[in-house]
Amino acid sequence: MDVIDTLSGIDAGSRLDELRSHRLEAREQAQATYDALFSPVDDSAMSPVERQAVAAFVAALFDVPSAEQYYGRLLADVDPAIAAAVTDAVELGRGAGPYGAFHGDLASESQPGPELFLTPQLADALGVRLVAALLHAHMLALHPRDSARDRLQPLVDAGWSADGIVTLSQLVSFLAFQVRVVAGLTVLAAEGSR
Amino acid sequence: MSTLTTATEVTPPPRFTQESLGWVPWVEPLDELDLTERHYEGLVQRPRAKNPYFRLLARDPEVLGARTRTDLDIFYNTADGLGRAERELGAAVASRSNGCVYCASVHSAFATHFSKRSDDVQRLLDDGVAADLGDETWNAVRDAVVALTATPVRFGAEHVVALRAAGLDDVAVLDVVYSGAFFNWANRLMLSLGEPTVG
Repeated sequence: MDVIDTLSGIDAGSRLDELRSHRLEAREQAQATYDALFSPVDDSAMSPVERQAVAAFVAALFDVPSAEQYYGRLLADVDPAIAAAVTDAVELGRGAGPYGAFHGDLASESQPGPELFLTPQLADALGVRLVAALLHAHMLALHPRDSARDRLQPLVDAGWSADGIVTLSQLVSFLAFQVRVVAGLTVLAAEGSR
Repeated sequence: MSTLTTATEVTPPPRFTQESLGWVPWVEPLDELDLTERHYEGLVQRPRAKNPYFRLLARDPEVLGARTRTDLDIFYNTADGLGRAERELGAAVASRSNGCVYCASVHSAFATHFSKRSDDVQRLLDDGVAADLGDETWNAVRDAVVALTATPVRFGAEHVVALRAAGLDDVAVLDVVYSGAFFNWANRLMLSLGEPTVG
């Protein structure tokens, strides 16, 4: 049983366990991605606390309850003070996505929505690297089409390396995948077999 | 080496298209000459070393390797489940919904290749995710992936019912979930680490 099974309430030998076995490689490699993100061979570009903080933040923004609780608990176990700050940041950042600006012929499809704004107190509690990471993660989670070259500069200014930006981007984007698989499997489990 | 690339001239595509686009990284990819066996293990397929997007993701080779193997099983394991065209449609719908013009170009073209339904695919690109995609199965796949792509996720029992009514078995429904969910991963990388350019 892997993390997706745990978050989806799938038991060994159940109908959903059998169903997932039809995509065994995807099942094993999704877990391998999780392992590579949260038990990395090299964590020099993004620290363990930064990984857990960003995961707890975006899992809450994505609003899939089992994932929000799981990643929230992991962060609280490693750093309760950062966990409290992330909980406050989530309340400032919640929203309905995907929104954002289109350009060219598509401009009329643009859907405006909020940027995350962190209070000075929260910024102090999080530190410059996590402030930059959460602002970027908020955009990636809820309004990814607002991405722009200029949006990467605050990460660089806060000390994020190219390796770190890639890992941060993978972590948020993997969570976007993982919570949606969990949401889908949870519905499929409740629906019974056809 | 600098973290971000030097800004280069790009021609942003003005709309969604099935035509082939280029993609320019904003974060500096690894140099091909600096790739080690650890990086090639992450690239999975050695020719991917020619592609700047994959050489950028190779900065975290263990994550890239696991991601690539996840991708290949979701889209290319056709022992059972959903057809190739419908998996690519799922990828294109997620990309249209999130606004990833580059991903949409690649996977809408694949959907057309496997289905020969270029007009239905083009309606998705031109008119958006509310367009009629021509039959019950495609519309049900579309509805499911749009709901799965939303935050909060709106995917629910009604989507499973509609997919089953269109003739999908549960392995195929799982493939719809996987293809839509996977492009919520891919879209965010492609959108945030670089930009598409025409030609």
